[in-house]
Amino acid sequence: MLNNKDLLGIKELSVQEINLILDTAAGFKDVLGRDIKKVPALRGKTTVNLFFEPSTRTRTSFELAAKRLSTDVINFSVPTSSVVKGESLIDTALTVQALGADFIIIRHASSGVPHLLAKNLNASVINAGDGTNEHPTQALLDAFTIQEKKRKIAGLEIAIVGDIMHSRVAKSNIYCLTALGARVRLIGPPTLIPENLKAMGVSVFHNMEDGVKGVDVLIMLRIQMERQGKGFFPSTDEYSKNWGLTPERLCLAKEDVIVMHPGPMNRGIEIVSEIADGPKSVILEQVTNGIAVRMSVMYLLSGVKR
Amino acid sequence: MSKELMNKKDLDRALTRMAHEIIEKNKGTSRLCLIGIQRGGVYLAQRLAAKIQEIEKKEIPVGSLDIALYRDDLNIRKQQPVVRRTEVPFEVNDLKIVLVDDVLFTGRSIRSAMDALMDIGRPASIQLAVLIDRGHRELPIKADYVGKNIPTSLRETVEVQMEEEGVEDRVTIRKFESVEGKGAE
Amino acid sequence: MRIHIQNGRIIDPSQGLNTIGDILIEDGKIKEVRETIPPHTPLGKRGRRGGNSPDTRIIDARDMIVIPGLVDMHVHLREPGFEHKETIKTGTMAAVKGGFTTVCCMPNTFPVNDNASVTEFIKRKASQEGYCTVLPIGAITKGQKGEELAEIGTMRKEGCVAFSDDGQPVMNSLIMRRALEYSKAFNVPVISHSEDLSLSEGGVMNEGLLSVTLGLRGSPAEAEQIMIFRDIVLAELTGGKLHIAHVSTKGSVDVIRNAKKRGVHVTAETCPHYFSITEDAVKGYDTNAKVNPPLRTAQDVEAIKDGLRDGTIDVIATDHAPHHRDEKLREFDTAPSGISGLETAFSLSMRLVGSHILTFSQLIEKMALNPARILQIDKGTLGVGSDADVVIIDEKKEYTVESHKFISKGKNTPFNGWGLRGMPVITIYKGKVYEW
Repeated sequence: MLNNKDLLGIKELSVQEINLILDTAAGFKDVLGRDIKKVPALRGKTTVNLFFEPSTRTRTSFELAAKRLSTDVINFSVPTSSVVKGESLIDTALTVQALGADFIIIRHASSGVPHLLAKNLNASVINAGDGTNEHPTQALLDAFTIQEKKRKIAGLEIAIVGDIMHSRVAKSNIYCLTALGARVRLIGPPTLIPENLKAMGVSVFHNMEDGVKGVDVLIMLRIQMERQGKGFFPSTDEYSKNWGLTPERLCLAKEDVIVMHPGPMNRGIEIVSEIADGPKSVILEQVTNGIAVRMSVMYLLSGVKR
Repeated sequence: MSKELMNKKDLDRALTRMAHEIIEKNKGTSRLCLIGIQRGGVYLAQRLAAKIQEIEKKEIPVGSLDIALYRDDLNIRKQQPVVRRTEVPFEVNDLKIVLVDDVLFTGRSIRSAMDALMDIGRPASIQLAVLIDRGHRELPIKADYVGKNIPTSLRETVEVQMEEEGVEDRVTIRKFESVEGKGAE
Repeated sequence: MRIHIQNGRIIDPSQGLNTIGDILIEDGKIKEVRETIPPHTPLGKRGRRGGNSPDTRIIDARDMIVIPGLVDMHVHLREPGFEHKETIKTGTMAAVKGGFTTVCCMPNTFPVNDNASVTEFIKRKASQEGYCTVLPIGAITKGQKGEELAEIGTMRKEGCVAFSDDGQPVMNSLIMRRALEYSKAFNVPVISHSEDLSLSEGGVMNEGLLSVTLGLRGSPAEAEQIMIFRDIVLAELTGGKLHIAHVSTKGSVDVIRNAKKRGVHVTAETCPHYFSITEDAVKGYDTNAKVNPPLRTAQDVEAIKDGLRDGTIDVIATDHAPHHRDEKLREFDTAPSGISGLETAFSLSMRLVGSHILTFSQLIEKMALNPARILQIDKGTLGVGSDADVVIIDEKKEYTVESHKFISKGKNTPFNGWGLRGMPVITIYKGKVYEW
């Protein structure tokens, strides 16, 4: 049983809730392996994808998840909406709800926007990434993938590499994986890993070789090119030389290490192609699992009493 | 206040008879498979399969089916049912499926199960085996094999306990205090 | 018309008064303050008698505290230009409700109060519609752009009592130096909104673990401290009068404390929210807790209290910053900063007395006498002959903050639902009585 009608972040979930979502996702993964990849569970419900930031991957994944659960899906994207006409966020959201949305999948560049909508709407609000706060379904699908590959999460050494400070994926992953008992390391330049993050029960490495040593799982984050101009690191080239994942560095990890990336990748910058496409990569499986996890979230939220 | 309807021995005898009936009606076990509905039906399907194997000396495929996502009451339930695994590790196309459940009541679960099966493939036929038929059908569904017919009132609930869940085999009937306590199927 | 306040505990730090007594008000001025003023005492030049005379209003202030009207040297009245947020009328009504009889309004209106005609407009509007004294604060630079000095002298003559680019720190150190130098000619303080914009870089809350976990851009305490230090050094260099607005961090208190020890002409204010709540109020993305400078940590709150206790911080001002509901009901990043503070300030500050950080008398110093002294205005006192701005406080009265009942148009407060104790029950402004 989930306790809230919305999925705002991993912070807001209990360990039991996280496990329920992961366990339920396994059932949905079965469905995705069939010829008929659709179940009638949420027939008659309406899902609105409200994306204020461009995203093909997450939006498509949610759209498929919603359709596989038999809900009707509307994509309400910024360029075609009245948002450009200066309508306030809350008016847009109320309009979407008035259209009959049962689920509102929201992505927005400002942290806390899903929380604002959740407070003001009856629909179930699912955070598909807000600012630099959280991207909970990404963390859940990552945990699901790790669990599938490693049969457990507790006790694993998991490293997250890159721009931790600005990464909602990293934040959600830190909450989720530490809650499930993993030992999480953060690797990257000091400008991108705030000192005070250590208070969250993680260890911090500024040297890639030291950080990669002996890990079970490597989660590589996308480096945003625009950070370069803001003085977080001098150039992508220098970043790549110091924190990019290369075969030599990968050798320092455990033999059976798996490599993950939330996508889209900057090949040759944070990860080289031979790793991304290599046997240790589970990047494409993450994509498939994303649909199962999102179906699980929507299914479970639909049962929460209002 | 509960009353025992079947004990361990009764249950075993009923299953043995049902196994014979299944074999008889299907003229053997050719292209036959058993699929149990989560959760009670899964254990019953496994036991029936073991008995059939004992009798016919042939292994028959057994699967489990979760019907949570096919229920017709998802919109009105107080909380969503737990989603369990559907494991049918064989092609169902052109097979004769015997669907196995513990208690047949309104028939709605069976309707859901048939929908779920159809999404997995196109079986040659579907038959229904239940341990208990307690009446009160709300849909035109009838069991092909019945362990025991038990007339009940809507104020009663039938519980099937099985060793696989760590308790002794036993079927009991219990009266609900309130009218809303319409027995679970 | 006379008003005779009887048997109240009169607390007036300007005269060192803390005694049970009476106050007699006549023609909008304080006529007499003493232990008991007998009703039959001949008072007026025509031999009019007090007390039982029909044109004398008796106010029984037994068990009440009688103080000079409070002076708020930092409010935003939003007029002209942003009348949907607040007007001079509604803002001064809220002030009177909160026990303030003098408010100083910041220049970030539209147009900006950077010239005498805007100053004149505000003064005229206030005299027509205001419920209390409104003293404008002029902009330091034209358009608050931080580039060219505004006509400080002309605005001073029109009625501006201080100068500030509040909300828009003067980033150019040379301009700030010039402002502190030039203002000496008119003997007015320059009020610094201390924030290094390049360091705060669009921060919307305090920088720390919480800003990281909420994914909100943080503004470090150092962005405030650095600018305070710069302005203090410039005040030392120029000998100008510097007042630091809304001090919020421990580091800032330390810097100011040191400067005062060195004898620099610097005064400082803080606001009730900086000693009442911490950054935790932002959790859940409550835009009503978005304020600039941002709410800080518990350690900072303690340091602010220390600063108030030892006199490093001279003034409690509200930084009353009303906003329309729609403006706050939006993304945390883009919601405007500010708290509607006039109607909760006194009760929140009373908590300092309850927790023995300030005596009641010291509280009145910080909320009436000190701001009046800094601005060199004849307010914040119950001295005979001064304006009859008097507030009667029921220190035991308990109530719950209900923002929808605010008189101010701005209902934006993080204190909604708080239970508070002690509030003004009567405010007398120039002899006119408001009670609730």
